Amino acid sequence: MSVLEVKDLRVSVETEQGTKEILKGVDLSIAEGEIHAIMGPNGSGKSTLAYTIAGHPKYHVEGGSVTLDGVEVLTMSVDERARAGLFLAMQYPVEIPGVTVQNFLRTAKTALDGEAPALRPWLKQVKQSMTDLRMDKTFAERNVNEGFSGGEKKRHEILQLELLKPKFAILDETDSGLDVDALKIVSEGVNRAKENTGLGLLLITHYTRILRYIKPDFVHVFVDGRVAEEGGHELADRLEDEGYDRFLSATGVA
Amino acid sequence: MSVVTPAPSPSEQAEQQGFKAHSDGGWGNTSERVVPVQTRSDRFKSNVPSEHPDVTGREAEWKLTPVDLVRPLIDGALDGAPYAFLSTHTDGTDVEWIDRADARIGSVGAAEEKASANAWNAFEKALSVTVSGEEHSEITISRSSLGSGPRGAHTIITGTANSRGRVILQNTGLAQLTENVEIIVEDGAHLTVVSVQEWAGDALHLANHFVTVGRDATFRHVVVSLGGKVVRVNPSVALAGEGADGELFGLYFADAGQHLEQRVYMHHEGANTKGRVNYKGALQGLGAHTVWVGDVLIGPRAAGTDSYEQNRNLVLSEGTRADSIPNLEIETGDILGAGHASATGRFDDEQLFYLQARGITEEEARRLVVLGFLTEIVQKIGKPELEQRLQASIDAELNASSSAAVNGGAA
Ligand SMILES: Nc1ncnc2c1ncn2[C@@H]1O[C@H](COP(=O)(O)OP(=O)(O)OP(=O)(O)O)[C@@H](O)[C@H]1O
Ligand SMILES: [Mg+2]
Repeated sequence: MSVLEVKDLRVSVETEQGTKEILKGVDLSIAEGEIHAIMGPNGSGKSTLAYTIAGHPKYHVEGGSVTLDGVEVLTMSVDERARAGLFLAMQYPVEIPGVTVQNFLRTAKTALDGEAPALRPWLKQVKQSMTDLRMDKTFAERNVNEGFSGGEKKRHEILQLELLKPKFAILDETDSGLDVDALKIVSEGVNRAKENTGLGLLLITHYTRILRYIKPDFVHVFVDGRVAEEGGHELADRLEDEGYDRFLSATGVA
Repeated sequence: MSVVTPAPSPSEQAEQQGFKAHSDGGWGNTSERVVPVQTRSDRFKSNVPSEHPDVTGREAEWKLTPVDLVRPLIDGALDGAPYAFLSTHTDGTDVEWIDRADARIGSVGAAEEKASANAWNAFEKALSVTVSGEEHSEITISRSSLGSGPRGAHTIITGTANSRGRVILQNTGLAQLTENVEIIVEDGAHLTVVSVQEWAGDALHLANHFVTVGRDATFRHVVVSLGGKVVRVNPSVALAGEGADGELFGLYFADAGQHLEQRVYMHHEGANTKGRVNYKGALQGLGAHTVWVGDVLIGPRAAGTDSYEQNRNLVLSEGTRADSIPNLEIETGDILGAGHASATGRFDDEQLFYLQARGITEEEARRLVVLGFLTEIVQKIGKPELEQRLQASIDAELNASSSAAVNGGAA
């Protein structure tokens, strides 16, 4: 069984005021088929964790490790990590002018599989997934994320999740900015992907709403660059009622 | 104004009046503010070479051009005889050699610099291309055997009233050519002129395109410069008639040692005219140099003008230089909007990250981003076979010089 393991991960970024430590020793272990939710206040380092695992060059690893089935991920290039089976649905997906969704998806699939997918079944899959996610078929001919609304960008991220079939996916606030219907549609997409491939999920969110559709096995409270508490689904409900005060005073953060 | 790589700390600036700012997507950018020069329409004009002062290379007009290389075209003797060309065309188009005395010659433009006057003085007959079909008609003129001696040439392109058509000038092979192209877009015509420069590696080409666009006429101009040692194509477009519409597009890819230049002039003369200028370029390899100068003049009668011009350059390696200079002159207060933007930058690292995060290798990601960047212009041609062929040529340029290029990392 596949395992994604984060151990004592410490990460900094360069700021104008100098090096800033953001992750201060994160420990996390996700097994195939598990759903983990991470909740935590703004600026606590959730996206930093997601981007670091994906290999964004802005984040400097000061220590610790991220392994996928025992193999160190942190020394891999960004594309190697994706080919190893990692996927990040981004909080702010990037626009790529002049590159159509269709072309992008096929190029990515080809890169991941090492060979081009057979055309007909592939086009059928793309069409099916787009229909499931209620994406108009014209999106296939549009440029990647260009002029997409916030919610459309998120659907496009989940479309990729369904089609690219990673082993582990990190969803960074995929639920933010979605209307009630879209939230349901996107959640169904995630659940479908999980059913089909048995992937492990790390779900970063501010709201318990999405957790009604995608049921987490574990909830982690992320505060000031580390996991402050872990629990089951009930922890999410408690956070919704009480907020993060309890943790913030405990760690002495304003 | 100019970005020489490696650049210390490029800063970005895009100015507009009456238009929404364009998002510049995290580029390290550079651009230039409005440079008030002598009013563009007041420039000295003469078709007699000797009436133009000797060119020193320090003139505003020439200072960014490798004058030494093109010297034979500026003041050397030129062969002005008709040349061989190939034409493929549909009904509704015509091509013929016409005499210097023809009334159309000189009806649109006059030489503003010495190389242009030199060509004007030298040509024996002008090539006249006429589009008169009211259904879409099309003609491609291919020049591939101009040879290595200095030549002067003149072309007249006419889109007759209410005609619809496209003229493609396809240039390959050896050439040392200075030429003037006069383009007449009569009232109500829809004319597209595409000029593709895929010259051999050491070709020299200086071209001035003079265009007048009539009432309610639509003109689209696409300059694609990929091959040649020095290629300088300068379109001057007068939106003369009321409601005239002009779209000037350009795409260039300069590799090592190549100089690609375009000086674009859009003159809003009539009322309610609309002008769009969009040039995009890529630079890769030591000594790749591109120049874009975009002059827009909104004249005193041009009430209701809607104008926007932009130039963007994507720098793919060290050792390149991109000059980008927009100028905007407004002589009437009553306009709809006018603006410009200019940006020169390296790859957007966020775009590369996004693509790589989906398993696409860095090399392939760069390729996608460059092709994507230039594709917007290719698609303006509107002729799928040519568009596909140009995509393939750009791809080949990328492959050919990427091995030689030192790819810089983060901006
Ligand atoms: N380039 C930078 N310069 C300064 N601070 C930075 C930089 N990049 C990240 N940070 C800081 O790192 C901290 C963690 O940011 P991160 O985006 O990981 O937070 P987050 O938990 O995802 O927040 P949110 O819930 O708002 O998405 C923030 O305080 C942020 O301001
Ligand atoms: Mg975040």
